Amino acid sequence: MSKKDLKLKLDELSSAFGTFKGLEIEVGRIFEEDWEEPLGPTPFPSVGTLRSWDRKLLKRYKPFYMPFCDLCCLCTFGKCDLTGDKKGACGITMAGQQSRIVLIAGCIGASTHAAHARHMLDHLTEEYGRDVPLDVALNTNVEAPHVRLVCGIRPKTLRDLEDALDYVETQIVQLVAATHTGQEGDNIDFESKVFHAGMLDHVALEVADIMQIAALGMPKGDPEAPLTEMGYGSIDVTKPVIMCIGHNVLPSVDIIDYLMDNDLFGEVEIGGLCCTAHDMSRYDKRSKVIGPISWQLRFIRAGIPDLIVVDEQCIRTDVLTEARKIGVPVIATSEKVCLGLPERTDDDPDEIVDDLVSGRADGALIFEPRKVGEVSVKTVLGVAKRREGSKTFNIAELSELADKCRTCLECLRACPNSLPIEEAMQSAKSGVYGSLAALYDLCVGCGRCESACPVDLPIISMITKASEDSVAAERYPMRVGRGAIQDVEIREVGSPIVFGEIPGVVALVGCANYPAGFGDVAKIAEEFLRRRFIVVASGCSAMNIAMTRDEDGLNLYEKYLGNFDAGGLVNVGSCVANAHITGAAIKIANIFAKRPLRANYEEIADYILNRVGAVGVAWGAMSQKAAAIAAGCWRLGIPVVVGPHGSKYRRMLLGRKEKEEDWTIYNARDGREVYVGPAPEHLFYAAETLEEAIVMIAKLAMRPNDTNKGRAIKLSHYIDLHQRLYGSMPDDLHLYVRREADVPFTMKDEIMKALEERGWVEDRIATPDPTLLERMIRRRE
Amino acid sequence: MSAKPILGQTAEIAGPKKAFLIPKPEVAASMVKRAKRPLLVVGSNAGKIRTRDGDLIDSAIRALGKVTVVATGHLIKEFRDRNAGGVHSMHLMNLGDRLRDPDWEGLDGEGRYDLAVFVGFPYYMEWLVLSGLKSFAQDLRTMSLDNSYQPNASWSLGAMPEDDWEEVLDVIVSNIEGGE
Repeated sequence: MSKKDLKLKLDELSSAFGTFKGLEIEVGRIFEEDWEEPLGPTPFPSVGTLRSWDRKLLKRYKPFYMPFCDLCCLCTFGKCDLTGDKKGACGITMAGQQSRIVLIAGCIGASTHAAHARHMLDHLTEEYGRDVPLDVALNTNVEAPHVRLVCGIRPKTLRDLEDALDYVETQIVQLVAATHTGQEGDNIDFESKVFHAGMLDHVALEVADIMQIAALGMPKGDPEAPLTEMGYGSIDVTKPVIMCIGHNVLPSVDIIDYLMDNDLFGEVEIGGLCCTAHDMSRYDKRSKVIGPISWQLRFIRAGIPDLIVVDEQCIRTDVLTEARKIGVPVIATSEKVCLGLPERTDDDPDEIVDDLVSGRADGALIFEPRKVGEVSVKTVLGVAKRREGSKTFNIAELSELADKCRTCLECLRACPNSLPIEEAMQSAKSGVYGSLAALYDLCVGCGRCESACPVDLPIISMITKASEDSVAAERYPMRVGRGAIQDVEIREVGSPIVFGEIPGVVALVGCANYPAGFGDVAKIAEEFLRRRFIVVASGCSAMNIAMTRDEDGLNLYEKYLGNFDAGGLVNVGSCVANAHITGAAIKIANIFAKRPLRANYEEIADYILNRVGAVGVAWGAMSQKAAAIAAGCWRLGIPVVVGPHGSKYRRMLLGRKEKEEDWTIYNARDGREVYVGPAPEHLFYAAETLEEAIVMIAKLAMRPNDTNKGRAIKLSHYIDLHQRLYGSMPDDLHLYVRREADVPFTMKDEIMKALEERGWVEDRIATPDPTLLERMIRRRE
Repeated sequence: MSAKPILGQTAEIAGPKKAFLIPKPEVAASMVKRAKRPLLVVGSNAGKIRTRDGDLIDSAIRALGKVTVVATGHLIKEFRDRNAGGVHSMHLMNLGDRLRDPDWEGLDGEGRYDLAVFVGFPYYMEWLVLSGLKSFAQDLRTMSLDNSYQPNASWSLGAMPEDDWEEVLDVIVSNIEGGE
């Protein structure tokens, strides 16, 4: 079912009421029934529609709350102390409050993506019309797996996406309403709503990305999408430099178009930070990817940009202050991020340029993307001329600055990673800068140390200055985000994934709030690429994967193909492209297994949970958007591992592997309830160390449906990694080996001995046709 | 001991219920010895923390036999490499989840612990797990032996320089080991 406008235009109508000329009648919208697949049970699900599915998951994966704050301060009864078994004035418990905060985070994330999608839909519709066909990926019929699954509609044009987005927006309002004082009180019901927010988020992500692919001509699921340049050193600083920050590519597109239309691309450098950078490179690979979110302060402080253009999301809110310090203007382009700037959308472009170049204005707010394009290019040419010879670090001698350090340790206490900044300052006092430079790779670039410093040392600038030479050499190839996974690729890998012969799909997504530097993401990626997992990447993680080289000088994008296949490294693109990762899991159920997709959420999620060995990894997850993306994975039964900072999401969803009663499911063949072992063990899990995460990822890839051969392959990776990183055989093998045929041949004697010690018995763990849904039972015995 | 209740990270302020400051190391050792089922939880930073035994892993090995020791993260490899038997391994999230469960049988099947002592963690991760236990495992007493005040523990050492901390840890471990 899709909806269509009905418009009737009559040149002349003679009737009993008279004669009408030029008559137009518009009758809202009518449904079009040209999709053969029958409508499933849950079209446009409301907040409670999938509650029973959520409760099945939450019965197994119970929330473990770690309150970030003991208080509730959301209403005037408060503040209320909720510690322990205390209740707030409204009656809310600590568990209720924590899950409520998780829901608020999920709603912020989902509404941010939905607002992004809405802005894009309105603009692209105005620019290209509603009838742009959704030609999203090569060799692909299922163009929008989330929209089809959740909404039950098959979108064909931009117009059809309005229905999906209307639905998402309506539902988010319902969810936010549930967080009001005196509404929901049960933590498990809050958690169900978190899942709902996550599901909505993935619909919004998909809507945003497929429309930009279709309308802006981004790569259409091309495994051989071109390589672009990324890194600080990829920018030619001798040219005027425009730096675009954020996630919404529209203003950048018009800058690129203006450069092309006026034959200026060779004269101006345009580079991006965060997901805008990804989407700029998807639009035109000549634009540069400077780096992830953490690079903002460093790049500005280095004095390299001549103009900063911000769109939305993940922008430093002090960008204008930072830009003033180096004397460059800021152009803001979104109603969500006005930065206190005067609105100049209706002003003459040349007047705006004159004000910005002369320094009379330090920024402008312009909502019309084409005007942003023109003003940006003209401004950067003027500002660069004014700044000739001054595009360097404006910073005193490092040793002189370090001399001011009082060793008060406030920097250490402010640093999220407790980096030894004070020790580096002590070395710097004597002109030795190695310790300061060593912080560069570990620092997340937040700048909290500077705010805490009582003598206002520009610590981020000092770290960047100390590592100037190596930073300038940062230049890496990165495969441009390819967008969706093709249907034809799904057909190829569906069987080996579902039966376990491809040991898993590892999705490295999310932000750059890493506990020990960006190199860890590349380490995770390479570990699993070598093991022939499919590794998918997006956002800042996809950038950081590019930033390490082997002894031959190659990075992972040069060493591994971009196919969605064993040993493939697939950069799907920006945050909104994350929908293609979960979309691939949905398509495996639909295209490979022929499960009905249309409005059939529970069955598809049940399939993924029990059969598709996908694991999300957000090693540096920082934002509420990341929380919403993770929640969308949870409802689909995809476990997510986060780094240590991810524990600050304050709630894990953990299984208890030793509780047999938690791991029973139905055998769809005969209706019997059987024990299948703890696979996957957790739904949301924060690892303390990189090594812990790597072993956990391998373990979470196991699924009840694995064939003997598939389980043996997965176990061999789990055991091998455990032995290498923990120095021993895992102590829970008896929960994963179902029968002798599951045992990896090369380790058979050792494993059988370990199993014997645990009293393992063959076939105690079943290998059923697994489902949590009673309605999927085909026959009862 | 001139320790103060100064937070390891500035913004990690305490809620209404805050940890008691351990006044001197002998008190910490005494509480461990008086506990029926104490558990020493050693975090992934332990190998980087200098002690008079070498590092914190060596100090934990010295306490073995008097207290059950569990290593989190992948730290167990370090214990194994030093031939320390009898050390348990459990990830921090899994351990926190079980410590709040009144029916958990413990790492050795002997029953639940009445005191969990944490040391060797990233500050914020320990802060969060202790927060979870403060609210959801109210009959479990917790203690932090790290050198920054952990407000969510029942008892915590205060902030102190590393040299002082070395001495404090040595006194605690010696007292536990020696049974004084």
